[in-house]
Amino acid sequence: MQLVDKDQVAKSLGGRQLLNKSMKFLFLLCTLVGLVVLVTLIVDTVLDGWSHLTWDFLTSFSSSRPESAGIYGAIIGSVWLMAVTAPVAIVLSVGTALYLEEYAPKNRITNFITVNISNLAGVPSVVFGLLGLTIFVRQLSLGNSVLAAGLTLALMIMPVIVVAAQEAIRAVPSSVREASTGMGATKWQTVSRIILPAAIPGIITGIILALSRAIGETAPLVVIGVPVSLLVTPNGVFDTFQALPMQIYNWVKMPQEEFQYLTAAGIIILLLILFLMNSVAIYIRNKYSKRF
Amino acid sequence: MAELKMKEELDMNATINTQTEKKDPASGIVQSSKPVFEARDFNLWYGDNHALQNINLTFKENEISAIIGPSGCGKSTFIKSLNRMVELVPVVRTEGDIVYREQNIFDKSLSVEELRTKVGMVFQKPNPFPKSIYDNVAYGARVHGIRKKKVLDQIVEKSLRGAAIWDEVKDRLNANAYGLSGGQQQRICIARALAIEPDVILMDEPTSALDPISTTKIEDLMQELKEKYSIIVVTHNMQQAARISDKTAFFYQGYVVEHDDTKVIFENPKDKRTEDYVSGRFG
Ligand SMILES: Nc1ncnc2c1ncn2[C@@H]1O[C@H](COP(=O)(O)OP(=O)(O)OP(=O)(O)O)[C@@H](O)[C@H]1O
Ligand SMILES: [Mg+2]
Repeated sequence: MQLVDKDQVAKSLGGRQLLNKSMKFLFLLCTLVGLVVLVTLIVDTVLDGWSHLTWDFLTSFSSSRPESAGIYGAIIGSVWLMAVTAPVAIVLSVGTALYLEEYAPKNRITNFITVNISNLAGVPSVVFGLLGLTIFVRQLSLGNSVLAAGLTLALMIMPVIVVAAQEAIRAVPSSVREASTGMGATKWQTVSRIILPAAIPGIITGIILALSRAIGETAPLVVIGVPVSLLVTPNGVFDTFQALPMQIYNWVKMPQEEFQYLTAAGIIILLLILFLMNSVAIYIRNKYSKRF
Repeated sequence: MAELKMKEELDMNATINTQTEKKDPASGIVQSSKPVFEARDFNLWYGDNHALQNINLTFKENEISAIIGPSGCGKSTFIKSLNRMVELVPVVRTEGDIVYREQNIFDKSLSVEELRTKVGMVFQKPNPFPKSIYDNVAYGARVHGIRKKKVLDQIVEKSLRGAAIWDEVKDRLNANAYGLSGGQQQRICIARALAIEPDVILMDEPTSALDPISTTKIEDLMQELKEKYSIIVVTHNMQQAARISDKTAFFYQGYVVEHDDTKVIFENPKDKRTEDYVSGRFG
């Protein structure tokens, strides 16, 4: 007895192939929608801002007159901000990930913490801004300083780095841990000589992606009260400062049309920095990624 | 009558074991060799699973001891107990003693790091580090604080020669160990274990992932190594156990059924289960 009706198979073939082709087309369309919007945005911004990307623009402080307004203070301020955010976030996050993966007993509490760190990664940035305002700006009286904002952003991106680092650490096969432990290496020797070197590409990729999020973040800075115009750069972490996204946000709000071009120019600078950071991440990932 | 005798023996495993041990000198086996490892009423649980039951075994210097037995009988668990690697599993609980050269390995005065320096281990699957061949072999020495390049160079060469792989890799010591074949990787792992000049080498099915040629190489190597080291090897391969080992212990469902000269285990076993197992008539 024949269970498979050959005629029916032949008849359905055409339909299946048609569906197959249309699905491919549908997915291509989805991709194109995103791509077109993105390209339009970038081209529009570059066209608007290109002519204003002058040396004067890069080296002048903010001003209420568009002709003389520049982005110098914001760039320097953002660099200061990252100089606080990056080390704090990296040390705290990698330490947390190492503890959770390598040292903590594998029980329900550890599991609970791990799950909730992932949840924290989804908390809106404005909430972290409020946290920073309460703890750093008011409680610790740090005011709207580089330190207060830097610590706030560090807390904000910590969950992202912790999750990335945990994944990278988990991907190191247990067989090489055993090999190291079996030779009389201490836990720390195994961690520092075997696990971290093997996990570093993943960790650094996570760090850079998190930092690129931090550098473009506006909401927490608004909540903390970072000034939009300032005629000095900070001399230390306790000074107040300007930041790129705040500067751009401020120009967008300005009534004069001229400021819209400055906005575009500022966005180009921000995009360039992001682009650079992502390239570094990709470079590191490709250079150091090791097969197991 | 024969049946009755066998039953008696079954019930008196422990007694038989100790007797065989005591008989050793009388049966004319090298008398001078000292015991390196001695398990005394050793028990181990994974949670509620009583994986090792009343193990009493003695391993002697400069011998190759094979541990055989069906899958899941506790061979790996036992061999990992000897260097306390088994404690990495959180639910493990032990009772009884394991004595290494007259010192209880569970004693607080002996650190696990020290124990594992003296008792090296080679694993079932080759597990080199994602580093160069040189760095792999030098790893143990570096971990123990040896920094001098000259000393390290010597250690690396000596260990690679010891593991019979020097000629194959001497021109590419800085190449990643992952670029080697499985058999070469396993010999790198053996070299890595030799580099810290251990006293005992534990091997858990060291050739099960390898082709016959690599296997032969590693078996030959073990014969050479036993001049200087004591070797305890787990194997599923009966021919291998018969070929390479001096003593064989047969594990079954978490306890030792029989431990004797390899010749006796394979040609004239006292226990019916041993006989069935070594002749491939099991279960
Ligand atoms: N990490 C672990 N956690 C819980 N139980 C375990 C663990 N490892 C082994 N066991 C249990 O202990 C018993 C002995 O396992 P073991 O790995 O020592 O067997 P084995 O003789 O080495 O087997 P094989 O020949 O298949 O390697 C088995 O019942 C196994 O299920
Ligand atoms: Mg095993």
